[in-house]
Amino acid sequence: MTPYTKYQSRYNFAFIDESTKKEIRRKLLKAIAIPGYQVPYSSPEMPIARGWGTGGLHVTLSLIGKEDVLKVIDQGSDASVNACNLREFIQSMTQCQTTYDTVDATLIQSRHRITEEALREDQIFIFQVPQPEPLRSVERYEFKTRQMHGEADYAKMWVSLYESFVRHGDIMLGAGYPVKVNGRYIMAPSPIPRWDIPNLSQAKTLYLFGAGREKRLYAVPPFTTVEPLEFEDVKFNIEQFGDQRCYKTKYTRAFLDELYLDDGSRMHVVNDSNFLDKLEAGAEVNPFFNPYLAKIDL
Amino acid sequence: MGYVAVKGGSDAIHHAGELVEFYRVKEGTTPLEVAQISAQLRLAVDKVIGEGGLYAPEYAAIALKQAEGEVFEAAFILRAFITTLERRYYAEPIQTREMFIRRKISASFREIPGGQVLGPTRDYTQRIMDTAKVNETLEDMKAFLQKFESRLDKNHLQEVTTYAKVIDLLKREGLLQSVAGDEDRTLKDITREAIRFPAPRSARLQMMSRAETGGLMALGYSSMRGFGSDHPTVAELRYGTVPLRIKDPGGRIRYVGKIAVTEAEMISMKKQSKKGEAPLYGIGYGLCFGQNDTKAICMGILDRTMRAPDPSSPPNDQEFVLYHTEGIESMGFTNHLKLPHYVTFQAGLNNVRAAVKRSTQNVVTSAPTVTTQPAVTP
Repeated sequence: MTPYTKYQSRYNFAFIDESTKKEIRRKLLKAIAIPGYQVPYSSPEMPIARGWGTGGLHVTLSLIGKEDVLKVIDQGSDASVNACNLREFIQSMTQCQTTYDTVDATLIQSRHRITEEALREDQIFIFQVPQPEPLRSVERYEFKTRQMHGEADYAKMWVSLYESFVRHGDIMLGAGYPVKVNGRYIMAPSPIPRWDIPNLSQAKTLYLFGAGREKRLYAVPPFTTVEPLEFEDVKFNIEQFGDQRCYKTKYTRAFLDELYLDDGSRMHVVNDSNFLDKLEAGAEVNPFFNPYLAKIDL
Repeated sequence: MGYVAVKGGSDAIHHAGELVEFYRVKEGTTPLEVAQISAQLRLAVDKVIGEGGLYAPEYAAIALKQAEGEVFEAAFILRAFITTLERRYYAEPIQTREMFIRRKISASFREIPGGQVLGPTRDYTQRIMDTAKVNETLEDMKAFLQKFESRLDKNHLQEVTTYAKVIDLLKREGLLQSVAGDEDRTLKDITREAIRFPAPRSARLQMMSRAETGGLMALGYSSMRGFGSDHPTVAELRYGTVPLRIKDPGGRIRYVGKIAVTEAEMISMKKQSKKGEAPLYGIGYGLCFGQNDTKAICMGILDRTMRAPDPSSPPNDQEFVLYHTEGIESMGFTNHLKLPHYVTFQAGLNNVRAAVKRSTQNVVTSAPTVTTQPAVTP
C-alpha cells in the first residue's frame, strides 16, 4: 500500500534544493573572482522574513556540510533572539554542530559585527546585508547605480562625504561605512561599526556577503585590500569610547555596548558576547589588531 | 542587567511561540476545519494564493489557520513552502479565451459577446451588517442550497461556452495599439533570477501578479487621482477557471487540471509622441490567482503606467512600483526594525555626540578654506 504522505513535510539537507544551492555557490565564486562586485542571484524564499537575514542564510545553507561547526551572532551576541532563531533553523535542517566559541567555528554567520577574535584561513565569515548598494544614499535607481559601478563613477559619493564634512565637521557615516575593495569597487560592508572596518582588509579569512531581499551576493577574498573612503586631510576613524572601560573586565580594546541601569546610570560592557565570556573566564584570547586599536590605551 | 537579559534569547523565542499558540486556542472554541476555511473564507484563501505565488488553496487554508487569519503572514508561509517543492515543469501559457466564465463584465460597451455576466460579486450588495449571521446554522445553509439549486435548469449547462474578448472587437477595428517593436519581450522567471532594470514586461507582470493587493491599489489609485494620468476603462474583467497544461518529457501536451484566475484588460488612450499620429488605445493587463478584482484592475493600470516611464510620478516608475508593492519583502523589512540595532545605533550615536560637542564649543570648522582632496582619485 502506498503510504499517505500528503501532509508529510520532508526537507532537503539545508532546506534549499540542490540545484539552487549550486546556483548560489556559482554566484559566490563569481563574487570572489570580482571582489566587491554585487552579483545578482535567485534568492529563494526562506521561512525567515525578508530583512531578517535571508541573504546570510542562503550563503550559509549553500555552503554548510555535515562536518561544519556553526556560529551565529546578531549585534555581537550569540544569544540574541534572532541569532537563536537562525541557529535553530539551520541546525534543524542540517543537524550540524553549533558553537558560541569563535575559535571552534568553521562557518560564522553574523548580523552587523565582526568578532573581536581574529579569524583564520579555515573559517568563512558570512554577513547578513540589508542594503548592498553603497551608492543608494546618493542615487535611488538601481539601473543607474549599476552603471556608476561599471564606470567606477563614484563622484557623487565623494561629494556626499565632503558635504558631510562641511556641514558637521566630520564624515558622519556610522555603521556600514563605505569601503573601496581591491582599488576598484565601492562596497557596503553591511552595517558593521567603523570599529570592524580595518579588520576586513588583508584578512586571513574569506568574507561573504548575502543580501536576500535585494538579491545580491558579494565577497572580500582573503588578503584583499579594503580601504575606508577618506580624504588626505580628513581621515576615517573608528568609534571612540573616551576613557570608558568594560565595567566587568576593564577591557578597552573591544567595541563597547552602552548600558543604562534602573537608576539611570550608564555602564559600558564588551559587545562581543563570546569574547566577553572568555575575558571573564580568564581564557586565552587572540584578538584582531590594527593601527586604530594601537592608539587605544589598554 | 542588559547583557544577562539577552542571554535568555532561546527561551524567550520559544515562550513567545507558545504564547501566540495560547492566544489562538485560549477561548476553547471548536477548532476551525481547513475545509471550512477553504469554503467559507474563499476570498482570503484567494488572496493568500495570489500573494504567496503558489496555486494551492488547501495549503493556503492551513496557512491562514496557522497565522490566525493574518493574510500577509499566511502568504509568507506559502512562499517559504515553495522553496521546498521541486520544480518539474513550466506550464504552457494559459488561454483565457477558453475560460469557463464565472464572471465577465465590460465597462466600455453596453452589450458584449455573451452578455454581461455579473457572477459572484459583492459589488452591489449593500454593506449592511448582517447580524443574522450570528445564528446561522447548518440547516440554514442546507435550506439555502436546496432553494438555490431548485431554481437551476441543469439542461442549460451544455450551452455554456467560451466567449470572444472585448479587445478582439477593438483590434478588428484597428483601434488597438499593437505591441511596439522596441518592447522587450524576453521571458524571465522572477522566481529564479533577480529582477534587473529596465525589466522586460514578462518580469513586470510576474512581479505584480505576486504583489500585495493593497500596494498595487495605492499606486493604481494614485495614478487615476492625479499622480500620473492613467484613468483607464475596464475593457473586460473576467473571473473563471482555465485549463492548465504541461509538456511531458516526450513532448506531449498534457492536461493537468483547472485553476481559477481573475483577468483584467484595461484600455486607455495612448499618448502619441509624433504630431498627427493616430491616438490609438493601449491595453493594460492584469492577471492573478483566484478572485481578486481590485488586484487585477490595479495591475492593469500599472502595466499601462510603467510603459510610459515618468520619474516624476511613482506609478510610472518601474523600480518604484515593483520593489515597493512586493508584500512579503516589504513586510519583512518593515518588521526587521524590531530587531535589536544597538551596535548600529551606537556607531551613529558616537558621531552625533561628537558633532554636538563640536557645535556647542562653537569650533565648527571653516570648511571652505580647507583644501580637501580625495585620498584616492575616483
